[in-house]
Amino acid sequence: MSTPAPLPPMSLLAELTHRCPLQCPYCSNPLALDGREAELATADWIGILDQAAEMGVLQVHFSGGEPMARPDLPELVRHAVARGLYTNLITSGVLLNAATFRPLAEAGLDHVQLSFQDVDAGPAEQVGGMKGAQEKKLEAARIVVADGMPLTLNFVIHRDNVERIPRMLELARALGARRVEIAHTQYYGWGLVNRAALMPSRAQLDEATQAVEDARARLGSSMTIDYVTPDYYADRPKPCMGGWGQRFVNISPAGRVLPCHAAETLTGVPFPDIRTATLAEIWQNAPLFRQFRGTDWMPEPCRGCEFREQDWGGCRCQALALLGDAGATDPVCTRSPHHDRITAILDSLPADPPPFIYRRFGNAPGGER
Amino acid sequence: MTDRPAMAAAPTGPDMAEDAIVRFMRGVRLQHDRVRDQWVIQAPERAFVPDPIATAILRLVDGQRSVGAIVDLLAARFDAPRATIAHDVLAMVADLAARQVLTR
Repeated sequence: MSTPAPLPPMSLLAELTHRCPLQCPYCSNPLALDGREAELATADWIGILDQAAEMGVLQVHFSGGEPMARPDLPELVRHAVARGLYTNLITSGVLLNAATFRPLAEAGLDHVQLSFQDVDAGPAEQVGGMKGAQEKKLEAARIVVADGMPLTLNFVIHRDNVERIPRMLELARALGARRVEIAHTQYYGWGLVNRAALMPSRAQLDEATQAVEDARARLGSSMTIDYVTPDYYADRPKPCMGGWGQRFVNISPAGRVLPCHAAETLTGVPFPDIRTATLAEIWQNAPLFRQFRGTDWMPEPCRGCEFREQDWGGCRCQALALLGDAGATDPVCTRSPHHDRITAILDSLPADPPPFIYRRFGNAPGGER
Repeated sequence: MTDRPAMAAAPTGPDMAEDAIVRFMRGVRLQHDRVRDQWVIQAPERAFVPDPIATAILRLVDGQRSVGAIVDLLAARFDAPRATIAHDVLAMVADLAARQVLTR
């Protein structure tokens, strides 16, 4: 059986490091964090950027951990710009000051996405675990806006900060952000470990949605608001990554090439290493990318579903995390035979949330890799 | 991060006049995608494919030409009354401004 060569990826998420001054309990990094000694060298990343541009990647997102912890970041940005890639820096902002921003702007960085944990320093620093972080973030936002570079603020939403969404949007507007993301926690990795401490109620979710709709009506086109909901409350699953191995490729600090940033939870399939194969070979042929690409892998009810090429069966990592089977229909879908699993989780959320398990090297339940 | 294949409906943009000089907003550009052989608008957290009319206009945006000058160039290239082209270009430029692609 032959399958046509897949279309090339649109976006590359370059996770330069897992090191980060913050310890957010909903971090999208895997539980087993890569240490500094495992990180790819500058020359490795330069080669990756060349290959990505050659394949047809349009945008590269420099992320982490905190990508500004890598001193070679300006060099990597400059190289990506020279290859015609659109460059985005996804940062906590706590290492961004006038001296560290200047080389990035001079390298041609196109855009900054700056994360905030909350609108007030107290609860923000409770989540991030770093005293003084909020003022550094505010200063980072001012530096980016003063330069004229477009700025997106990203707020991760959970049960303890839902009520402050209107003030988050007002802060974004006041700082001069062009975009803001109001993104509910996604329950993978650290977010899954901390789910009982983070998951909002249905009423809180409705409140959040209303706050976003009100702000959109008030602000019109002057500030774009992207809104990401927690899919546990949805009827249909999200089209994770726009389909497995279709639009998006992630490279971990240690050089593992992945279809999404949570894919290291999968078992029974090798993780391709960018130091032993080319990006194009991996994208086209690696079993990890092929196994859930398209619709051939789908079980019922996905296989016969009219939405199969819209949501692509939902999220493989969620099916694995909640059902123990990465090849099952995402249980978020009301058509899943296991949707009652989601209902049971939501029905058993505690009134008093447990304490956070912070994202730190060696702090994950079950230990490190 | 999303990449959207086409433009969706947008809110009405600011009024545009022929004497307005438009340019790309910082962080936004039109780029030829060599691998897919198409023009794409590169913007914060998204890349999307403009329709043929938008592409023709955007290829003439250089930060120096007025909207009227762009209309003149397109009127010389396409077999349509200038007034018709002016109407379409003004509407498209206003739309692109509302989408944070162009600014004056």
